[in-house]
Amino acid sequence: MERPRWAPADLDLDRPSVARVYDYYLGGSHNFAVDREFAQQVMQAMPNVPQLARENRAFLRRAVRTLCQEGVDQFVDLGSGIPTVGNVHEVAQEINPEARVVYVDWDPVAVAHGQAILAGNDQTAVIGADLREPDAIFADPRLNELIDPSRRTAVLLIAVLHFVPDEQKPAQLIARIAGLLAPGSAIAISHASPQGQQSQLGRAATLYRQTASPVTMRSQHEIVELFGDLDLVEPGVVPAPLWRPDAPDELDPDAAAYPGFAGVGRTR
Amino acid sequence: MSPPSAQQVARLWTRAVAETSYIAIGRRALAARLTSRVSEVLAMLTADQELTAPARAIGAALVSSHFTDTAALTGTLRALGDELTPYARSLGREDRLRRLLAELAGGYAEALRHRTLGEQERIHTAALTARAEAEQARWDSEARFQAVFAEAAIGIGIGGLDGQIMEVNRALCEMLGYSLDQMRGLSASDFMHPSDDPEVWSRLAGLVSGEYDYFRTQKAYYRRDGEEIWTELVVSLIRAQDGSPRFAVGMVEDITERHRLLTELGHQATHDPLTELPNRTVFFERLTAALADPQPDVRVGVCYLDLDGFKMVNDTLGHDAGDQLLRAVAARLDERLAGPGRLVARMGGDEFVVLVESSPGPHELAAVAREALEVVREPVQVDGHLVTVSASIGVVDRPVHGTTAAELMKAADTTLYWAKSDGRDRWALFDQDRHAQAVGRYRLSAQMPQALDDDQFFLDYQPLVRLEDGALSGVEALVRWQHPELGLLGPDKFVEMAEHSGLIVRLGRWVLREACRQAGRWRVEHPDWQPLISVNLSPRQVAEHTLVDEVAEILAETGMQPGSLQLELTESALMATKGEPLSTLHRLTDLGVRIAIDDFGTGYSNLAYLSNLPIHALKLAGPFVSALRRPVGPGAADIEILTTLVRLAHTLKLTVTAEEVETAGQAALLAGLDCDLAQGWHFGVPCSAGEISRLLRLT
Repeated sequence: MERPRWAPADLDLDRPSVARVYDYYLGGSHNFAVDREFAQQVMQAMPNVPQLARENRAFLRRAVRTLCQEGVDQFVDLGSGIPTVGNVHEVAQEINPEARVVYVDWDPVAVAHGQAILAGNDQTAVIGADLREPDAIFADPRLNELIDPSRRTAVLLIAVLHFVPDEQKPAQLIARIAGLLAPGSAIAISHASPQGQQSQLGRAATLYRQTASPVTMRSQHEIVELFGDLDLVEPGVVPAPLWRPDAPDELDPDAAAYPGFAGVGRTR
Repeated sequence: MSPPSAQQVARLWTRAVAETSYIAIGRRALAARLTSRVSEVLAMLTADQELTAPARAIGAALVSSHFTDTAALTGTLRALGDELTPYARSLGREDRLRRLLAELAGGYAEALRHRTLGEQERIHTAALTARAEAEQARWDSEARFQAVFAEAAIGIGIGGLDGQIMEVNRALCEMLGYSLDQMRGLSASDFMHPSDDPEVWSRLAGLVSGEYDYFRTQKAYYRRDGEEIWTELVVSLIRAQDGSPRFAVGMVEDITERHRLLTELGHQATHDPLTELPNRTVFFERLTAALADPQPDVRVGVCYLDLDGFKMVNDTLGHDAGDQLLRAVAARLDERLAGPGRLVARMGGDEFVVLVESSPGPHELAAVAREALEVVREPVQVDGHLVTVSASIGVVDRPVHGTTAAELMKAADTTLYWAKSDGRDRWALFDQDRHAQAVGRYRLSAQMPQALDDDQFFLDYQPLVRLEDGALSGVEALVRWQHPELGLLGPDKFVEMAEHSGLIVRLGRWVLREACRQAGRWRVEHPDWQPLISVNLSPRQVAEHTLVDEVAEILAETGMQPGSLQLELTESALMATKGEPLSTLHRLTDLGVRIAIDDFGTGYSNLAYLSNLPIHALKLAGPFVSALRRPVGPGAADIEILTTLVRLAHTLKLTVTAEEVETAGQAALLAGLDCDLAQGWHFGVPCSAGEISRLLRLT
C-alpha cells in the first residue's frame, strides 16, 4: 500500500544511505560507520567506484558550466544527495552569480544537511521529495520562489535514474518532467551501465539491494531511449568522461570503457 | 644551480594528486593553481623568514581544494621532495625544505582533521534534525491517527497475530455492546458466528501468516446482549519494517439495516407475497439450472397446473375468499409435492407449477400430476363455506439435452390447454403429434385471410329435393378450400378455426354473395326454375351488427328474391340469440329472407322456442334419418318421433327438411311422413354449380 502523503517517511540510520555512501566515495566525511562499511564492501567488489563517482561529479560540473555559459540560470538537481564540494550552485554561480538552484532528495538526512549548510543562501533551496513525483516537486512553493517554469530550466538527474526500476517507467517520468519545462530547457542524465565491467557491477548492484535504493543497470541504447523526444546535444549519450572533456588530450586511456553514460537533452 | 621551473614541478605535482580525490576544478585549473603554490614554495625556500605558517597554509589549501584522500599528501610530498631536493641541496637548504614539507604535512593533517570533524558534526546534526523532524511528523501522524481512531464512526479494532484484541475504538465498543476493558480481554475467535463463511477464518489465517495484506467480507456478530448485527469487515495486515506481520487491523461498518433490507428484497424478489411459495423467477432459475445439467440422459419434468373455475370463486365469494383458497391450495401443494429435486412455485393468478428435476420419466410425472389433482380436489374451508375446486394440469417431460426453458413452458402451456379443453379436472401429457396438428391448424388459420384474397375458396352445392315429386327445389351452398399445398379441404377442416379467429365473418359474407350470384346465373340459364338457395350462418355472423344491412345489400346487388334465400343457423347459434341477435333474426325475416334451424335435434331441443322465433324451416339432423335404416327396420319409436316432429313443424307452419338421406327406403318413408324436402347422397352429393346446371338440363 502506498504511504499516504501525510504519514512520515522512515528514518533508519542503521541502513546505509545512498547519498552518504556517495559522499564517502567523493572523499567526504558526511557519513556514518554503516555507510563506510557498505562503501568498503562495494569498493571490494568494484575498486574503481570512487573514480566513477568522481567522473560523475565531473560530468555534473561540465554539464552545469556548459548550460550556464549558454545562458541557463535555473537548475533543479533531482537526487542531489549530500551537497559536498563542487555543488551545482557553486559551479553555476562562479559563471553567473545570479544563478538559482533547487536541490531535491528524498533522504531526510541529506535534506537536513543541505538545508543547514545552505541556510542564508537565498538563491538555493533544498526540498525533501521523491523525484518520481515531478508534478508535486514543480508545484512546491519553495521551488516556485526560485524557479520560473516559463523560462529555460536545467533539470539534473545525475547518477540517480539507475535507482528507478523499469516497472516505475523512468522514460515516462522523464517525458513528464520535460512536459513541465519551457521550450529550450535541458535535462542532463548520467546513468550506470554494465558495459565493460559486467561482473563487478553485477556484484555492486547486488550489494545495493540492502539500501533503500536497489540498482537497475541500463545499456547505452536504453539510456538513449530514456531521453525520448528530447533533442540530444553533442556528443549525444557517451561514456561520462567523454562528454565534452576539459582536456581531451589528457583523457584517461580507459575513459571509453567507463561503466556509465551521460548526455544532455533539450526540450522543444 | 638555477631554480627548477615552477610549471614543470606543478605538472608533476598535478599528475601525482589529480586522481586521488574529487576536486571541483578541471585539470588545467588545478595545474595553474599548483604552479603558483610551487612559486610560493620556491620563494619560501630561498627566503629566511618564518615558514611555519605559510607552509601549513599550503597544506591546508590542499584540503580546501578537497584533496581529502591522504594519497594526495603522499603525492604532494613525493613530487615536491623529488623535484626540489637537488635545488635545495645546491643552496645548502635541504634542512629548510624538509621543515617546509613537514609543516606542509602538518598543515594538511590539521586542516583535514578540522574538515573531517566539521563534516561529521554537520552530518550528525543533520541526522538529529532529520530524526527530530521525522519524530515530529510521526507524532503529528499519530495524533491524527488517534483522532481518526477515536472519533471514527466506523468501528476499528487492532489485534495481535494470535487474534488477541489489543485496542478498539468507541464506535466498535458501541457496535458490539462491550466496554473497552471487556473488549481487550477478548479474541477474534470469540466473535465467531454460525453464518460465517468458512473462508473468513482461513483468510484471516492467511493474512496473519503474511500471505496477503488485506481482505474484505460481510460478517455477522452477536452483540453482548445477544442481538445479531451484520457488518462490512475489512481486515488489513500491518507489517514491521522488515516486512514480517505484526498486527491485524479490522475496520467494521454496521450494515445491519442494509443487510435486513437486502434479505427482505431478496425474499420478495424470489417469493410470491400471497402464498409465500417461490415465484416464477425462482422457478425459471431452477428450470434453467436443471436444463444446464451436462449429463446426457437426465430428464426434467414440469406439471403446469391451473385451477378450474377459479374466477367463479372470486366472482361469487369475493377476492378475499379467492386469496384464501389460493393460499390453502398453495400450502397443500407445497407440503405434499415439494421436496428434494422438486419445486412447487406459483406462476401467477391461479397457476402453479411443479418442477421435477432429474425426472425418471413421464410415469413418475403422471403420479405427481395425479397427486396434485387429488390435493386440489380436497375441499377447502373458506369464510365458512366448504369450497371444492379442481385443476387442469399440463405435463411435459423432456431430456435436458436440446431443450430450452421457453420451449418447455410453451409445451406445458399447450398441454394445460388440452387438459382444459378435454373437460378439466384432469391432466394431459404433452403429445408431439397432437401438438403438430395444433400447430398445423394454427398455420392454416393464419393462411386463411390471404387465401380469401387469392380466391382459393369456392362453393359446392348439394341438391335439395321435394319428396312429393322428386323435383330439384333448391341447393345448400357448401364452402371448400383449394389449398395450394394441402389440396382440397372441406369445411370441417377450417370453419371452426375461422369461427375462432373471427375470419368467419368475411368468409361467410363471401359465401353468401357467391351463392346469390350463382343463383342469378341459374336464373338466366333456367328462367322457370326458382330454387331455394340455402346458406349457413355462423353464430359469430349473427352477432355482427352489420349482418342485416349486408344481406339486404347482397340481395339488391344480385337481384335475388329474398324469399329464395334461406339462412341456416344451428340450434346452439339460435339458443345464444338473445337481445340484439334475436332482433337481427326479426329484421332478416322482415327482409323476406327465410330462416332455417340446421341440425335440429342435436342440441337440447327446446321446443318452446320454436313458436316464438321468427323461423321458417327445420332441418332434421342426421341421426333421426339414419334411425330409419337399422338392419332390423325402423323402430316404432323412431317413426313416432319423426311423425310428431313433422306434425309439430307443420302446425307451426315450418317446412321440414331431412338431412343425410342415403337410401330410397329412407326417402320413401320420409315422403310417407309428409316430410317436405330432403338432401343426402341418395339425392346427390355436393357438386359444382356446373353440375347442378347439367342436372337441370336433364330434367
